[in-house]
Amino acid sequence: MPENGRTDTGPTAEPMIRLEQLTKRYPGQDRPAVDRLDLDVPPGEIVVLLGPSGCGKTTTMKLINRLIEPTSGTILLDGEDVTRADPDALRRRIGYAIQQTGLFPHRSVADNVATVPRMLGWDRKRVAGRVDELLTLVGLDPDTYRGRLPRQLSGGQQQRVGVARALGADPEVMLMDEPFGAIDPLTRETLQNEFLRIQSELGKTIVFVTHDIDEAVKMGDRIAIFNAGSGIEQYDTPERILTEPATPFVSEFVGSGAAIKRLTLSRVGDVPVPDWPSIGQDTHRDERAAAVRAGAREFLPLLDADRRPLGWVPADASGDVLDRGLPIVTRIGPGDSLFAALDAMLAANSSAVVVVDDAGAYRGVLDLETILSTVHTDAGPAVPRPGTVATPGTV
Amino acid sequence: MAVVSEQGAAPAAGGTPGPGTKGPRARWATHLVRPAIVVVALVVLYLYVSSRQLDSIERRSLNAAYILSRTWQHVQLTAIVSVIILLVAVPLGVLLTRDGVSRFSGPVLTLANISQAIPSIGLIVLFAVAFLSLPVYAIAVLAFVIHGVLPIVRNTIAGIGQVDRSVIEAARGMGMTKLGVLVSVELPLAVPVILAGVRTTLTITTGTVALATFIGAGGLGDIISNGLASNRNIVLVTGSVLVAALALLIDWLAAIAEDNLAPRGV
Ligand SMILES: Nc1ncnc2c1ncn2[C@@H]1O[C@H](COP(=O)(O)OP(=O)(O)OP(=O)(O)O)[C@@H](O)[C@H]1O
Ligand SMILES: [Mg+2]
Repeated sequence: MPENGRTDTGPTAEPMIRLEQLTKRYPGQDRPAVDRLDLDVPPGEIVVLLGPSGCGKTTTMKLINRLIEPTSGTILLDGEDVTRADPDALRRRIGYAIQQTGLFPHRSVADNVATVPRMLGWDRKRVAGRVDELLTLVGLDPDTYRGRLPRQLSGGQQQRVGVARALGADPEVMLMDEPFGAIDPLTRETLQNEFLRIQSELGKTIVFVTHDIDEAVKMGDRIAIFNAGSGIEQYDTPERILTEPATPFVSEFVGSGAAIKRLTLSRVGDVPVPDWPSIGQDTHRDERAAAVRAGAREFLPLLDADRRPLGWVPADASGDVLDRGLPIVTRIGPGDSLFAALDAMLAANSSAVVVVDDAGAYRGVLDLETILSTVHTDAGPAVPRPGTVATPGTV
Repeated sequence: MAVVSEQGAAPAAGGTPGPGTKGPRARWATHLVRPAIVVVALVVLYLYVSSRQLDSIERRSLNAAYILSRTWQHVQLTAIVSVIILLVAVPLGVLLTRDGVSRFSGPVLTLANISQAIPSIGLIVLFAVAFLSLPVYAIAVLAFVIHGVLPIVRNTIAGIGQVDRSVIEAARGMGMTKLGVLVSVELPLAVPVILAGVRTTLTITTGTVALATFIGAGGLGDIISNGLASNRNIVLVTGSVLVAALALLIDWLAAIAEDNLAPRGV
């Protein structure tokens, strides 16, 4: 299993992209840059190509859209052999985004985004509508940014335009070569999150190149880890790559902190949040401290009429604290990762963090023990140990 | 790849600050310097000539009709030569950047360098002797074209060469044809550098066209050679000042064109 990219665990659907024995030998090089590569990319998934510099990730991408002609091997797109198809027509079906963005510096943002639709002969109105739709999708206000030139944008905005342009004619398949490279970590994370949101709506088939394991784990439905000799060491889900590295190369590449990285994969919503008693606002203020003392917890959250947490009530509360509680620094939602929850705890110097649902209503409290037990259980999200879950119910 | 400009006036890629580095106001100020110099020079020349009592030989060259006709010839010859150069040099430069052909760009540039190093006067006489059967006008045009072709070829190659590889690659990756990339990406982005070459060529050509007189092809060179032949300094000076003024004016127009034809965003 480790040395080829056939999915034996994957869905039964036909792969959207299938590479068979694909090989590229650059003239004058003694070693092929891509060597008899087999890879299946299932429809609607993000497959990340991950590996050290020079292992042939970019070459593999360019082989798929035939920017580079393969020395041998076959490329199948949606079951169709495109190894010898007209490359220009093929590329118009495949979105392409690269790290340097490659935006046309002499054309406006709108003209850049309109590139492929215009080549496909869409009429003016349809193109204009599509441009606005795409700019909105990538979080750029069309009225503000449509007429700007690329150099009038920040690096992050340029990368957004690059992604919008790649989505131009709504291609089923996208190739993205380090599309969020070379920008600051904060912007990068925003772009990653937004792209994941877009992808959850669009469900494109995406080949995504990175050399950053954290980005791979975050973005990938599947990760193909290449070794320096451009062979695939492991092709698997991020979870399995982190928990069961197939080869010593993979464990070394994943590096230390695999357990922490797994925390970034588990959503708070996927772990049973230990129910933690709460105090309703209708409870009389003089009874609130007593209610805390009666239970097993040192603090209980005070909820408003809509069950939104207002603050923490400690056992020794008095005065104002009885009315509003101590301020809650961070609220964690079901979509946040356990990593984010742990981070919030460390930041607030606390061993528990309030979990709310999408509407902001109280769901429970996640504590350190629950997170730790997740890390220590090998198979998936953990069940909290007995004793850490307090009796449910409102006091 | 270095873009060398023969005349200090012609900016090259990355050399003297191009459009965009100065405010429009400063740019207009520099645009006004050249015509001002030309006007002052011509007025001084006119006052000087009209203050003198001209003899009959001098009068044959220094009259409005003669000067206008020679100036017009000069402009015509310069224009024809420049258009031909443009039609030859830009496609040649483009060709020399295409895959598979680009390896010939070195030898071709060397050849062009040599052709420019030969003094035009030598070239023009050589051609006149070698192609006796051709009309003199054609010989003059041919010699000047060969002499002025280099800056545009070189700047076309340099201009296309400086286009960001990733921009071309992204364009190809989106399914733009090679021709499409050339027309809508490479050439527009190369325009500023090509125009710098055009400007250099125009200035060179305006000067060398003065040599057309030696094979009887007319132009302002006639006034200069009249002055030399009849040993009349005032005629010689007038001819020379007129050539210089014309060169400055054409360079001025080219500078304005350069500013206005560059694509925005570059
Ligand atoms: N045009 C080319 N001509 C010759 N060799 C090339 C060419 N492009 C890439 N190579 C070589 O092929 C190998 C793979 O290069 P490739 O660009 O695919 O690596 P990569 O995995 O994308 O690396 P990085 O993470 O640094 O982007 C490298 O050894 C590289 O030197
Ligand atoms: Mg690469």
